[in-house]
Amino acid sequence: MRAGRFLPGLAALFLLVFLLTPDSFAFLFRPLTRNNAPAIYHQTALLRLTVSHLSIVAIAVIASGLVGIVLGILVTRPRGREFLPLARSVTAIGQTFPPVAVLALAVPVMGFGTAPTLVALFLYGLLPVFENTLAGLTDQPAEILEAARGMGLTPLQRLWHVELPLALPLIISGIRLTAVISLGTATIGSTVAAPTLGEVIIAGLLSSNTAYVAQGGLVVSILAVLIHHGLSAAETNAARAAGRVG
Amino acid sequence: MMLRPATVFAILVGLGLWLPLVQFKPNRIAAGEGIRLDQALAGGPVIALAVLGLLVLSCIWRMPDRMRIVLALAGMAGSLVVLGHAARSLSVEAGNLARLAPASGFWLMLLGFSLMLADGVARLGPSLPARWLILGLVLVAGFGILASGMLDQISVMREYATRRAAFLHEAKRHLQLAFGSLGLALLVGLPLGTGIYMMRRLRGPVLAALNILQTIPSLALFGIMLPLLAWLAATLPAAGRWGVSGIGAFPALIALFLYALLPVVSNTLSGLETVPRATREAAVGLGMTRWQVLGQVLIPLALPSLIAALRIVLVQNIGLAVIAGLIGGGGFGTFVFQGLNQMAMDLVLLGTLPTIALALLAGIVLDLLIEHVARGRP
Amino acid sequence: MIELQDLTRMFDGQPVVRDVSLTVEAGEIVTLVGTSGSGKTTLIRMINRLVEPSSGRVLIEGLDAASLPVHQLRRRIGYAIQGIGLFPHRSVAQNIATVPRLLGWPRARIEDRTDELLELFQLDPARFRDRMPHQLSGGQAQRVGTARALAARPDLLLLDEPFGALDPIIRAQAQTDLRAVQRRLGTTMILVTHDIDEAVLLGDRIAVMDAGRIVQYDRVARILAHPETDFVRAMTGGPEGVFRLLSLVAAAEIAEPGEAPGPPVDAATNLREVLSLCLSSGREALPLRSGGRVTLAAIRALAGRGGQ
Ligand SMILES: Nc1ncnc2c1ncn2[C@@H]1O[C@H](COP(=O)(O)OP(=O)(O)OP(=O)(O)O)[C@@H](O)[C@H]1O
Ligand SMILES: [Mg+2]
Repeated sequence: MRAGRFLPGLAALFLLVFLLTPDSFAFLFRPLTRNNAPAIYHQTALLRLTVSHLSIVAIAVIASGLVGIVLGILVTRPRGREFLPLARSVTAIGQTFPPVAVLALAVPVMGFGTAPTLVALFLYGLLPVFENTLAGLTDQPAEILEAARGMGLTPLQRLWHVELPLALPLIISGIRLTAVISLGTATIGSTVAAPTLGEVIIAGLLSSNTAYVAQGGLVVSILAVLIHHGLSAAETNAARAAGRVG
Repeated sequence: MMLRPATVFAILVGLGLWLPLVQFKPNRIAAGEGIRLDQALAGGPVIALAVLGLLVLSCIWRMPDRMRIVLALAGMAGSLVVLGHAARSLSVEAGNLARLAPASGFWLMLLGFSLMLADGVARLGPSLPARWLILGLVLVAGFGILASGMLDQISVMREYATRRAAFLHEAKRHLQLAFGSLGLALLVGLPLGTGIYMMRRLRGPVLAALNILQTIPSLALFGIMLPLLAWLAATLPAAGRWGVSGIGAFPALIALFLYALLPVVSNTLSGLETVPRATREAAVGLGMTRWQVLGQVLIPLALPSLIAALRIVLVQNIGLAVIAGLIGGGGFGTFVFQGLNQMAMDLVLLGTLPTIALALLAGIVLDLLIEHVARGRP
Repeated sequence: MIELQDLTRMFDGQPVVRDVSLTVEAGEIVTLVGTSGSGKTTLIRMINRLVEPSSGRVLIEGLDAASLPVHQLRRRIGYAIQGIGLFPHRSVAQNIATVPRLLGWPRARIEDRTDELLELFQLDPARFRDRMPHQLSGGQAQRVGTARALAARPDLLLLDEPFGALDPIIRAQAQTDLRAVQRRLGTTMILVTHDIDEAVLLGDRIAVMDAGRIVQYDRVARILAHPETDFVRAMTGGPEGVFRLLSLVAAAEIAEPGEAPGPPVDAATNLREVLSLCLSSGREALPLRSGGRVTLAAIRALAGRGGQ
């Protein structure tokens, strides 16, 4: 289990070196090419694609995180309770919408490029955050809230000092889910001309160059594992702070 | 005044009435022009006013939930009918080349009414049979409207009319991909999940491997399958005879299967783990064999969790099967990516709308099934 | 007859049960008492081989338990578990029918047997047959668990703290019921408990267990009167010890001719109750329904002799 602790660090290091000097890893991908096709994608620098991939995902996740949390809070306040049943069924139903379909439907409205990808990622990412915020804020032990009220905390203080800290682990796990899904879905954004790592994979598909497919997939996978790992750690910390884990 | 759901629905539908109902293009490539309901139909203004009136009423007076459900259903059907009528009367003026697509106004109205339906159903909490009934009603009405030819002038339906054979073929392929991969995942995932339940030390490695599999972006996983399976078929002639091949639907099937494994395995495991120790020991103590314990006690008790896995996987695979279109695996994705390539949004819709409908239907049906199973349990 | 011969079980190199030999006569109830962790559960689980002995043998009617396929052995031995373990997805009747169904009994016979058992445990079949376990109270669930263990007329019934989770009143009722059922069916039973009063009330014999060994195994009266080790003395004695002794003796056994005031009691009433009645009603003696009387002086004399 000791090795497990260094693995994420090693993966990050490998990724960094690979993105800075992709050509030094050409030997890894050479066996996947045929007819002397290039082993490393060069039309756009992998580093640039990675950065723009990550920025698109980050913008979408931060936006859907903020909106999802705020909506989750609003719907669980006394004045917003009316919307709770609706909110629950919308999240349940909304999550059955295939992300690819959401992306494709955004195109007629927004045209090609980054915009439809952002919108699709935002909309699709909203649901896990919102759902988990809702779960975190509604599944709280009644006696704790009762105690907080008994101590004379105002509703705002209760939210800030009691409800949100208790719900935080679940909220973070919603964000983690959103981030990991978005990271993968963003690759599909390249089918509508968004500058993401999907570009590498699609180039590979079009030219039957497996090396491209593999390196695009590899970079995204490592990113996903790292983000999953980082946010899981944050979740554990939050859970510990909320007294859920020893 | 406090904001109520009814107000939100009213705003959405009202906005929908005010925005263009259909988008009119003189031909396939010309720029479009939005046409509102009141401009599109002779009776349009009257209908719009009547709907507005009802909406205002629904904001002021707290309607019973039943009535709201009926109103929502009528509204959804009505939006479709109005769309069809508008398209028909416009196409008579403009001739055969004209393209009429549903525009933002229509989608907003549909959204408003569907939310109203969802809200009504969630609030009323109807019995299970009643929910099946509502679902059946929506399906019958939907198919009825499609079959009646009312919408035939809408561009998506015209795309459908010219590609009926291809559509049916891809639909079948899409279902084969989604259900085939589900079947495979169950075939492998259930024993695997049960296996790691019994052999604790395998849990970590198996789940870690499946988790990593899950992080590979779908596009790349589908892409890798092509050469991998082609190589497999070439090196192992026996595999080729079993249908392993690097082209067609097979790579897509395997990719979907791999994505489905994690939910099946982890849900099987967590379902089995919810069985109390005392129950398991009682079964063994009463003299059940290993298989009897599994078949008569563990699996029945894990069933809700297993059906939940079924829901996750089926919905996920119906959506992901679209990617198969990108690697020549067929399915509705074929239309989506063709459409994106040719900038033909009607074609994109021809692929996405049935996919969404299928995913929704699968999700709702399995949710209802889960409730059936969950009944009569503590 | 059940014979345990030199049973030993090691867990992680530590003996949890050591060299236990014990013979249980057919039709008797043996209660196994001991502190928590003394190895009681492990010992009885070796009888139906839920735990395999590290060494030693179990003979059932002379037949080595290890020679039978394990599931067949378990179907012949009823087992009511610590924590009941009813199947939550099966009705009361289906739970009780588990072993008969595994044994392939015809349906009609299973139904008769289920109803018979429900009645035996004072559960109205019409009301309880189709209930699900979560619709039962703790006491009812416990009785269904015992009925399930008895369903296929086992040679032997193992009960692991069957009444542990019940409140005192329901527990007393359940104990009386179990005793009555055992008298009716004549089933051999081994019952684990850490309640010495329960052991005295239900057992024909008591085995006292400490740190994996049986420190004394004897008829109830002898254990109470002649504890062989300090541990057994601590277990059975204490300020309550004398009352336990008295609870074993029926009033008729020390009755003497004569009259006494007040309402009479049955000849079978135990002396503990007689004593309690005397003290609470302020009488020096109680009349027996069958004639004669029991005096406080006689009770005191008996207690002084250690119950002999
Ligand atoms: N499967 C096992 N692995 C390791 N140790 C075990 C196992 N089962 C029991 N033990 C140990 O054996 C000892 C005896 O356990 P056992 O369950 O037989 O006690 P018990 O007398 O039934 O206690 P209680 O009255 O609390 O039920 C305990 O110290 C326990 O921790
Ligand atoms: Mg025990």
